[in-house]
Amino acid sequence: MQKDNAKYTVFTRRAFFLGLLQTSMLGVLGGRLAWLQIVEGQKYQTLAENNRINTKMLAPKRGMVFDRYGTPLATNDQNFRVLVTPEQTDNLEKALSSLQRLIDLSQNDIRKVLQLAQKSASFESLEVKDNLSWQDVAKIEVNLPDLPGLSIDTGALRTYPYGVATAHLVGYVGAVSKSDLTGDPVLKLPGFKIGKTALERAYDQRLRGRAGTAQVEVNVVGREVRELSRQPASMGDHLTLTIDADLQIFIQKRLEQVKSASAIVMDVHTGAVYGMCSSPAFDANVFTRGLSAEKWEEMLANPGYPLNNKAIGGQYPPGSTFKMVTALAALEEGVVNRNTRFFCPGHYDYGDDRFHCWKRAGHGSVDLVQALSESCDIYFYELATKLGIDRLAAYAQKLGYGQKYGFELIEERPGLMPTKAWKMGHMGSRWKPGETIVSAIGQGYIQSTPLQLAVMTARLVNGGFAVKPWLVSHVGAHAKQAKDMIWPKLNFQKGFIDLIQRGMSEAVNDRKGTAFDARIKNLEIAMGGKTGTAQVRRITMEQRREGILNENMPWKWRHHALFVGYAPLASPRYACAVVVEHGGSGSSTAAPIARDILMKTQERDPSQKNIVIADGLAETDNAVTPPHKPNI
Amino acid sequence: MNSNLSSSLNNEMPFLKKVISLNWGLILLIVLIACVGFTALYSAAGGNLKPWALQQMIRFGVGFVGMIFVALVDIRYWYKLAYPCYALGIILLIIVEAVGHIGMGAQRWIDLGFMKLQPSELMKIALIMALARYFHAVTYDDMRRIPTLIPPLLMVLVPAVMVFLQPDLGTTLMLVMAGLAIFFLAGAPLWMFLSGIAACVAALPIAWHFMQDYQKGRVMTFLNPESDPLGSGYHITQSKIALGSGGIEGKGFMNGSQSRLNFLPEKQTDFIFTLWAEEWGLMGGVVLLVLFACVFLYGALISLRCRHSFGRLVAMGMIINFALYVFINISMVMGLIPVVGAPLPLISYGGTSMLAALIGFGLVMCCSVYRDVKLPHMSS
Repeated sequence: MQKDNAKYTVFTRRAFFLGLLQTSMLGVLGGRLAWLQIVEGQKYQTLAENNRINTKMLAPKRGMVFDRYGTPLATNDQNFRVLVTPEQTDNLEKALSSLQRLIDLSQNDIRKVLQLAQKSASFESLEVKDNLSWQDVAKIEVNLPDLPGLSIDTGALRTYPYGVATAHLVGYVGAVSKSDLTGDPVLKLPGFKIGKTALERAYDQRLRGRAGTAQVEVNVVGREVRELSRQPASMGDHLTLTIDADLQIFIQKRLEQVKSASAIVMDVHTGAVYGMCSSPAFDANVFTRGLSAEKWEEMLANPGYPLNNKAIGGQYPPGSTFKMVTALAALEEGVVNRNTRFFCPGHYDYGDDRFHCWKRAGHGSVDLVQALSESCDIYFYELATKLGIDRLAAYAQKLGYGQKYGFELIEERPGLMPTKAWKMGHMGSRWKPGETIVSAIGQGYIQSTPLQLAVMTARLVNGGFAVKPWLVSHVGAHAKQAKDMIWPKLNFQKGFIDLIQRGMSEAVNDRKGTAFDARIKNLEIAMGGKTGTAQVRRITMEQRREGILNENMPWKWRHHALFVGYAPLASPRYACAVVVEHGGSGSSTAAPIARDILMKTQERDPSQKNIVIADGLAETDNAVTPPHKPNI
Repeated sequence: MNSNLSSSLNNEMPFLKKVISLNWGLILLIVLIACVGFTALYSAAGGNLKPWALQQMIRFGVGFVGMIFVALVDIRYWYKLAYPCYALGIILLIIVEAVGHIGMGAQRWIDLGFMKLQPSELMKIALIMALARYFHAVTYDDMRRIPTLIPPLLMVLVPAVMVFLQPDLGTTLMLVMAGLAIFFLAGAPLWMFLSGIAACVAALPIAWHFMQDYQKGRVMTFLNPESDPLGSGYHITQSKIALGSGGIEGKGFMNGSQSRLNFLPEKQTDFIFTLWAEEWGLMGGVVLLVLFACVFLYGALISLRCRHSFGRLVAMGMIINFALYVFINISMVMGLIPVVGAPLPLISYGGTSMLAALIGFGLVMCCSVYRDVKLPHMSS
């Protein structure tokens, strides 16, 4: 019994020890729990919230582009896509093949969806096909009860109602490429589009809008359980252009009658551009709907460079359209006056070199006005020799040559107005007097864009103000340009610019003028102007002797045809420049186009009409519009 | 010295008196803890009795009846059945090795159709009973002699090795620890335990060598769980996030984002304490720990009041076994020890662990109801 007692004593003592051990273990557990939940609670709460909440970006709607009267030039159409959610189908492959019986779906499309399905969670919807036609949508909608897992989704598709006419003006949007990533998270949204060219690109930040966010609760595999909060996206600003859409379309159609040309028409006082076209063009809608490789290759191979906006990016020798610059410089510098006459024998000798007039027989004795209207080269050779290149270049720059205007489009190019310093800097050789002589008639190194030619014309006929062109009237409600903006005065003597205008008027309206055949017969809207024919290739002595005709040369060697014009004669309002690439001569090809443009412009008279500001038109975009219903 | 009283009780007690003498306080504690489990399982299913809470209630009901039955059966039968039960446990372990089906990379259960029986759980009860019976008959002096200790040591080692080979490291350790606790309580010399601990420390590198890859992985992620938050450290990391984010007051019933959104793995089984403490906070967690503490205390009192060595050892052994589960499970979910895959008894969803826990408590209560009976005395 005593031994039994000893056993019991050992048991109680050791049981007590184990009890202490248990108590301390419980204490440790309680302490640990308190540590996690009180001391580290905040940290773990944050981690739990990070687990739970995903912030989802909501794509903003892109602002639209309108012409000066509210005609939409870039809109957001409904893009109908068919989606499939693998977990809702009985069998993904079967679901796709039954869809294939309804709409045009290639094996390749199906394979792509199946591949995508392997990589994504089964509750994620996958795009099977987008840009569905109305008929396809209807077919799928009707059969939807028999197509579990399939659904129709609407997205935004950038659409250009005048895709060809505005292709170079408005540009197009495209998928975000790696080089476009700026850290703006909205760019990483699937299917997000950004402006790639022209205004779509230049105003991308404003058109893009601000992304919204939605906070969604997700479970461990990322499935959305519910939406916690939502900050809706705000649509981008609308652009209101100075462009007259009807005029723009007219110009584009007119230019399509020749192989490759560009034209621009602008307000000589405000600088507002009413129409700006480059032909051949392309349909911008092709780019937003997916461009085939063949079509792309075809565009690249086209000698008319349909992808380039030649109105602002094409650089051509101005040819005889430069003669106004030479004339004005000479008048201002006192080298010549209104009565100065020179004799044109058809050629001009300087040292050992002989320079020809376009008229082999010569013009005889001509004064300044006659020289302009009949485009006598010899007269301007004389002036240039007396002026020298640097004085000539100073006036050319005042009139807008060799510079960018900070025009809204990045495709704008500066052209080139050479000086002695320029030649030394770029070619490392001295300026030769012969180069001044060819510069006088806009040949040699001089390069200008149609936009610059239009600006030169505007500055000559608006009383000598340094007007600059602009395209965007309003971004949202905000005006880009003050309504009564006064351009800096160039300080030309009024008598001199009047004289040049008289020369330009006679060039068109005088029987002996180079563009007489292209004159506007209605005197109220008659135009003045100047033709130009720019050599692409130097004419060799043999060719000159043999009298090879321009028309017989290969197209790419033919002269560029240029024309700058303004109207109406009495109080000029519109300036226009037309360049027909390899068009032969300015008088025969470019002048008639300019005449048609100026007639149409005066008929529409955009400068006399108020601009309709597109801001506040956002609601119109929200209406659900089906894709264009086919006429049945 | 109380031989008169014990011999009088030695005769049949009236049934009603036996029922009244059941430890109703302990039963209340068990029901409360089980209710915590039901609540947590209801929440784990997103506010649904299915698939877990209802099933668990049924199991608890069946197990509860079994517990009362075990408690009311005369302890002398259990004394006699101790070795046969142990033998049955060994046989079941052999069967599981033979026909047990593969689950979680280890053969651990026998499918009985209505439930999956995990013999290793029952083995622990049988081992405690068998050891209690053996030590019941050993005198204080014999405990000091090595040969006396060899048979019980083998009784521990045989099932331990079998469970280890399944392989189930967690259950093996618990089996060994429960066995050692009985040795300790029965009065085995202290130097054995000290040298045993020293031997274990020395054997650690060898054990490491024999461990399965997933077991090594668990140890490694335990040592540095944040090193691989999406890999194997995921369980511990997410569990700690759930616990910590619960705060003092908890996120509220059925509002535990970690468990509801499935960030918490195994939320209805091993990580159910996490779910509970996420939703009910520190307050709920402490309440549960206090309930467990009360159970331990109650069991210790029953054991100490028992007049025979067998009952004392069985009651204390069962309570320690239960406590081991509680400590290992809760330490694991709080990141104090590696993930070993031990359920929280009475709360985690699972048939065998519920059954084993309730049978254990049945035996504890049996030791109370029959605390004064006379058992065959020790041989010497």
